[in-house]
Amino acid sequence: MFDFLEGYDVLGAFWTTVQLTLLSAVGSLVLGTLLAAMRVSPVPLMRGFGAAYVNIVRNIPLTVIIVFTSLGLSNIFGVALGAADDFDTKFFRLAVLGLSAYTATFVCEALRSGINTVPVGQAEAARALGLSFTQVLTLIVLPQAFRTVIGPLTNVLIALTKNTTVAAAIGVAEAALLMKEMIENEAQLLLIATIFALGFVVLTLPTGLLLGWLGKRLAVKR
Amino acid sequence: MTEVSVAKESVAATDDLVVLKDVNKHFGALHVLQDIDLTIARGEVVVVIGPSGSGKSTLCRTINRLETIDSGSITIDGKPLPAEGKGLARLRADVGMVFQSFNLFAHKTVLENVVLGQVKVRKADKAKAEEKARALLDRVGVGTQADKYPAQLSGGQQQRVAIARALAMDPKVMLFDEPTSALDPEMINEVLEVMQQLARDGMTMIVVTHEMGFARSAANRVVFMADGRIVEEATPDQFFSNPRSDRAKDFLSKILHH
Repeated sequence: MFDFLEGYDVLGAFWTTVQLTLLSAVGSLVLGTLLAAMRVSPVPLMRGFGAAYVNIVRNIPLTVIIVFTSLGLSNIFGVALGAADDFDTKFFRLAVLGLSAYTATFVCEALRSGINTVPVGQAEAARALGLSFTQVLTLIVLPQAFRTVIGPLTNVLIALTKNTTVAAAIGVAEAALLMKEMIENEAQLLLIATIFALGFVVLTLPTGLLLGWLGKRLAVKR
Repeated sequence: MTEVSVAKESVAATDDLVVLKDVNKHFGALHVLQDIDLTIARGEVVVVIGPSGSGKSTLCRTINRLETIDSGSITIDGKPLPAEGKGLARLRADVGMVFQSFNLFAHKTVLENVVLGQVKVRKADKAKAEEKARALLDRVGVGTQADKYPAQLSGGQQQRVAIARALAMDPKVMLFDEPTSALDPEMINEVLEVMQQLARDGMTMIVVTHEMGFARSAANRVVFMADGRIVEEATPDQFFSNPRSDRAKDFLSKILHH
């Protein structure tokens, strides 16, 4: 029944999906945190930049962004991300860049809603001690904000896991690309689709459960 | 003894620590501080009282620039209050503040709350900072709670930790913004006792409060505010037994007749 699987590296394809997800998660977390810091900063220019970035990037379809990294950044501007000769690595890295840039907007907004749940007195007390803006943010406000938005960030991470399939558009050999190839070559549409659907559930379901548990454990008591 | 206290008074008379001149502030159409002139000498304990909405909390918060002012000047230890930035952060480190709602850092233990400022602002050695923090926590009577989180403490305990946190910075002056207003009645005294001890130790204090008992026993001077103005300044004895302004008489008649 599962003969058609022979000759296909399904696990390898999902491993690429996992790598895309993890690297983009780290990238978007860093960029999203910076954007959130900008959006709450006292400098109007920073606030303006943060707001503009979020509102532009989150409203562009991910496919357009991913294709732009390939056709635009790579082909027109010659951005190769240190892998000009190795096409697979280059497009993998471009996909991580695109996914990070896009997902960062959602991380930023989740985090900003978390910042709004931290009572203003926390920041006031920190400022009254003589901490700088950056210290207030990194030592007092963000640690509390992160703990309250583990739930929303889990949603973003699950969406990101599934969004990595868009990387197939620029030929990154992740799960969705292999699925398309298999569906074209084998006469097993339902079975193949089910296998890949289950594969994603296996990735995302434990993530959700684990982070849900973590969110409860780390909740700040007031 | 007499000599010492005379010496102290003469120093205090010439040594102005906090000076507010012609301070004005608006919240929209509300003129919340109107031509405030107030001088606090080193070692002096000034209690600010007045009805709700009279601007006394705002006054307290302008002194470390948690509220900006529209006009006038505020100087602390001879230096004008700097604008936002490093200078302001340095000044705030020298001005301790205790809030009505305690505002202990909820994700840090009691000990970490008292250590944080010393290490991150004063760049103190961590072990020394902890030692000092424990000593201060003992001094305010919550030494045994050092490893708990703020939410596990009673209001009175939290407020005493907040006082220890402010003291850890070795401030030149302490601001108290209604420190007992959010406390259950039975916890008010434990906080007031710590504050009284602090006053006896010679700390310069500006205290916004409704605790008339504290004003009588610990204050050098009472400042009565109403509608954004300083209506009356007097020693506690004069103020409570013989208020000059009608507004103060009216206020006292409403709170002291129980």
